Amino acid sequence: MTESIVVENVSKTFTLRYHRTFKQMTVALVKGRDISDDFKALDDVSFSIQQGESIGLMGLNGSGKSTLLKLINGIMRPDAGTVLTRGRIAGLIATGAGFHPQLTGRENVYLNAAILGMSEQETRRKFDDIVDFADIGRHLDAPVGNYSSGMFARLGFSVAIHVDSDIFLADEVLAVGDRPFKKKCMEKMAEIRDSGRTLFYVSHAAGSVRKMCDRVIVLENGRVGFDGGVDEGISYLKYDDNNPENEPDEASEMDEEMGADI
Amino acid sequence: MSETARAAHVVEEALTPPSANQGLLEVFRRRYLLKLLVRREISARYQGSFLGLLWSYINPLSQFFLYWFVMGYILNLHKNVENFAVHIFAGLIVVHFFTETFNAGTRSIVRNKALVKKMAMPREMFPVASMLVSLYHVGPQLVILLIACVFYGWTPDPAGMVAVLLAIAIIMLLGTALALLFSAANVFFRDFSSAVGILTHFVRFGVPMIYPYSLVDERFHGHTTAYLSNPIADAVLLMQRAFWVGTTSDPAETARTDLPPNLFELGAIAVVACFVLLLVGQVVFTRLQNRIPERLS
Repeated sequence: MTESIVVENVSKTFTLRYHRTFKQMTVALVKGRDISDDFKALDDVSFSIQQGESIGLMGLNGSGKSTLLKLINGIMRPDAGTVLTRGRIAGLIATGAGFHPQLTGRENVYLNAAILGMSEQETRRKFDDIVDFADIGRHLDAPVGNYSSGMFARLGFSVAIHVDSDIFLADEVLAVGDRPFKKKCMEKMAEIRDSGRTLFYVSHAAGSVRKMCDRVIVLENGRVGFDGGVDEGISYLKYDDNNPENEPDEASEMDEEMGADI
Repeated sequence: MSETARAAHVVEEALTPPSANQGLLEVFRRRYLLKLLVRREISARYQGSFLGLLWSYINPLSQFFLYWFVMGYILNLHKNVENFAVHIFAGLIVVHFFTETFNAGTRSIVRNKALVKKMAMPREMFPVASMLVSLYHVGPQLVILLIACVFYGWTPDPAGMVAVLLAIAIIMLLGTALALLFSAANVFFRDFSSAVGILTHFVRFGVPMIYPYSLVDERFHGHTTAYLSNPIADAVLLMQRAFWVGTTSDPAETARTDLPPNLFELGAIAVVACFVLLLVGQVVFTRLQNRIPERLS
């Protein structure tokens, strides 16, 4: 098998700024306070993912999941270490795509598809599928700035999922969708996984991770806390505190699976 | 969900850093995306305004009439400079092209932060798109200038056409170089976009647009090297050579008194210098862009 994503000794530091303006900095210097403070979002993270694996990335808020996803996507570069990927990457970062609020849904679909590397013909060919999947009706020709957060996320997910990517990144995609849409997303992601593309899925929902993934990586304060099997990963995070013997009813099981607890 | 149930998906490509980019080269490799961004920018620059795109012409025209009246009538340059209106307008086209590129380019990354923060793409796209949008508006202005020149009895000549191309090339390269530098710097300190407003004032008065070059030559008694080392001044002079000189009664005499003798040499040097500046801009941009997404809040 070939490696799809290789992350080696990656660190990323952010600067927490206390003082930004000339006046604030002068005052801080005079009073002998720190002008800036660093914060290590990722600290020496290493792992390697084979083509076709589906990974659930888990961890508490602020553990560095989104930062890691941004590094893999290529939005940011690591301060130290290397990130290598093979093939085309598509996906969503932090619920919703980079849409331009003043452009209509239609224009944004073309722009977003182009950014993700699709040609004009390819976009035109898939346009109807994208719109059907997003199911935003006549809002398509309204500026996306006026969309509800659900519609915004749906359109973004729909564009990203229709790209012929080799790696699909999904960051809490299901946080804002309604139940029918979540169901559609899960089906589509299962399709991606079964086609042998690499799936990198960030979620807090133990149920959906269990359903989608065959390996779990848990981040803890920017370090890899756990890397291994799904069930072990979920119990490592203590997300499985409900009694497994206790058979849950249909509806709550579905909520569990789809990540309603995000 | 066993491994064997899955289809084999073979990726031929090699392992590469996902953020790898060749800067400006990548921008021109992805022309389709650039085209969409330019189109978006053209429609979005005056979003929500009633007159819309007309503002791109109202702005230079209002400047034109202001200079034409103040410099021409009040300071009486109409008497000294033949076809003063053509003289102003020829210069104004490249000056406006430059200031628009510089202004919009400097703000381009901050204005597009929704995309910059969430999508992986060469960020040089935004300053380059700003330059191309400004270039798009040069076209109609050139047509207006051409009509005015023909009206004054101007006929095109090959050297003049070379001069126009040189002038446009200088501004394209210089505008993109400065837009790259300032757009990245503006992410860190928004002071840069305020500074650009001041710098553009210097540009308007530092070129032979609202006064003839003969006055500069007279004042400095041949020590015009510093004045002529400004690439925008060279571009304006090239525009005067291409259009204004041909409308005067004795073009050869006008060229002798109102243009530097080595104008084309200066133009060529300026093109090379601006290209070098563009390379410098690219290097600085590459260094700064690592921290751009996290600083866009």
